[in-house]
Amino acid sequence: MGIQQIFNGVTIGMSYALIAVGYSLVFGILRLVNFSHGSVYAFGATITLYLISFNFGIMPAIIAGIILTGLLNILIDKAAMEPLRKQGAASITSLITTIGISNILTNLLIVRFGSQRRQFPSLFPDKTMNLLGVDIQYTQIGMLLISLVLMVILVLVVNKTKIGLAMRASEQNMKAAKLMGINVNFVVSFTFLLGGISAAIAGVLVSSYYGMAYPNMGYVSGLKAFAAAVLGGIGSLPGSIIGGVLVGISESAAATYLGSEFRDSVAFIILIVVLIIRPNGLLGKKEIEKV
Amino acid sequence: MRKDNIAKSKLTQLNNVKSILIGVIIIGLFLVPFVNTNNYYLNIINKVLIYIIMALGLNILVGYTGLVSLGQAGFVAIGAYTTTILTTRLDMNFFIATFIALIIAAAFGLLLGLPTLRLIGPYLTIVTLGFGEIIRTIIIIWAPVTNGPLGIRNIPRPSLFGIELTMNNGGLYILTLVSMLLVMLFCHQLYKSKTGRAMRAIKQDHTASIMMGINTTYYKVLSFVLAAIICALVGSIYSTQLGYIDQNTFTFDMSTMILSIVILGGMGTIRGMVLGSAVLVVLPELSRSLMDYRFVLYGLVLVLMMRFRPQGLLGWRDSSPYPLSEKAKETMDFQGKRGV
Repeated sequence: MGIQQIFNGVTIGMSYALIAVGYSLVFGILRLVNFSHGSVYAFGATITLYLISFNFGIMPAIIAGIILTGLLNILIDKAAMEPLRKQGAASITSLITTIGISNILTNLLIVRFGSQRRQFPSLFPDKTMNLLGVDIQYTQIGMLLISLVLMVILVLVVNKTKIGLAMRASEQNMKAAKLMGINVNFVVSFTFLLGGISAAIAGVLVSSYYGMAYPNMGYVSGLKAFAAAVLGGIGSLPGSIIGGVLVGISESAAATYLGSEFRDSVAFIILIVVLIIRPNGLLGKKEIEKV
Repeated sequence: MRKDNIAKSKLTQLNNVKSILIGVIIIGLFLVPFVNTNNYYLNIINKVLIYIIMALGLNILVGYTGLVSLGQAGFVAIGAYTTTILTTRLDMNFFIATFIALIIAAAFGLLLGLPTLRLIGPYLTIVTLGFGEIIRTIIIIWAPVTNGPLGIRNIPRPSLFGIELTMNNGGLYILTLVSMLLVMLFCHQLYKSKTGRAMRAIKQDHTASIMMGINTTYYKVLSFVLAAIICALVGSIYSTQLGYIDQNTFTFDMSTMILSIVILGGMGTIRGMVLGSAVLVVLPELSRSLMDYRFVLYGLVLVLMMRFRPQGLLGWRDSSPYPLSEKAKETMDFQGKRGV
């Protein structure tokens, strides 16, 4: 396989990893597959594009967009998910709720901005350099670096900070965490915030890479990122990164060698094969069923 | 004892009223195409029936056995494409083609059911989701057979005894209605049967049902196969009504729509599928004037329903906790008398 394809795959894979983190973090704590995450990602990209059009500078617009997306995710949690948790609702109920939220969000975006693809400005100089026979765009370097830094920050937050400790405690046993005085609802909201922020950053990066943003962009990317999260072992941060990169590489290789029709489904083929061999993903912990 | 009898007679009265009501509704549904000549309404009622069948199929998986599938659209696609290809290319009779489509769908259902031996929860869900997407890719790349992204046009209408069934003479509608009633009857019988009880036991407590000696693998795979067959049946019928199919007819949205109907109506029930499908199909049609906002409304309905009525519109606890068949009751009485 060409180094070029691997490099392209890693770059796009890192952005999948950023979206996958959102699925993984929320799943870790709530045991919930959050299907609204793809549209949150699309919201991040679209709202940033909208803010950029006000011309108060690209950087402030992006930061505002990311913060807004984070807040939106908290709102989703507070308005829709928290009442369900209080009721002790079944997981299928929460799943349908997230599908409903995804519908609301995507269609509100379409109502407000239209469903057409709109041009997204490039964030990095439009240049290419050649390293050992591999064409590397500056955008790709930027994407790779930003995603890597973000991943490191996320891992540090989860593993080294107090709130990260609370997150891990809630993940292991929510009831016990509550009894230890951890404000679990706050922890969950914080998790949603982290997920929203990383999804928005991924949205901005991917939009600037492809040069466009549109309300429906979250559909395919969301599914693939979910596949990446499950592939790596849902609930595990390093798993999300490995899963994302694997999905990215396989997609880029499939598009080159098999044809672009395979781009969207090769991730699922690999996923199914991996799950049959390792039912809990590559880095997933096996859950022991207690009777 | 007397009170008991009175309660019993009231109950039979109620049951009589219920069966009369159901009979009236069924006859009414059969008469719709002959009374109402407005094609628009007929199409909507027809679409409701179509989605009821799909929901009944998924209901076996979600409502009875407790497995969540997000790939049912894949089976609908298999049914639609197999039937269409056989009828257009090989000039096969629609009903024979449908029968073959059901067998193929059953094989795929078996294939998809096998991972359930090892996978649970979100892992299983994503495999079914992936299955739906892979089917769509196969449709695109297998262009020599499926005509790829261009789709298949001019799908012939089925004919029975020399009469072509169309939407205008109500034939297609009656075909859908009859299929729905048959599937409904099947699900009703399945629910009460030994198989249905085993499935519901698996849903309630997987570990306990293994301990009770239920072959969980068999019943899980069986429910995948049954759901696949029912959804493929819908695909066959639906394709002749649409007249045109391509890979975008069977998207993830269709799968989530079916799942939403099952949950919104009240999983595990048959009446719930009817109401859920009626609400979710008619709602976007009624609110056409809202333009793009109607899908926002659709999402809001889902979210609010799950918040305030998570068991679904018509889902309530089964009134008979141990719905044994008469024969099983007799055996138990017999054993009870013998002191076993």
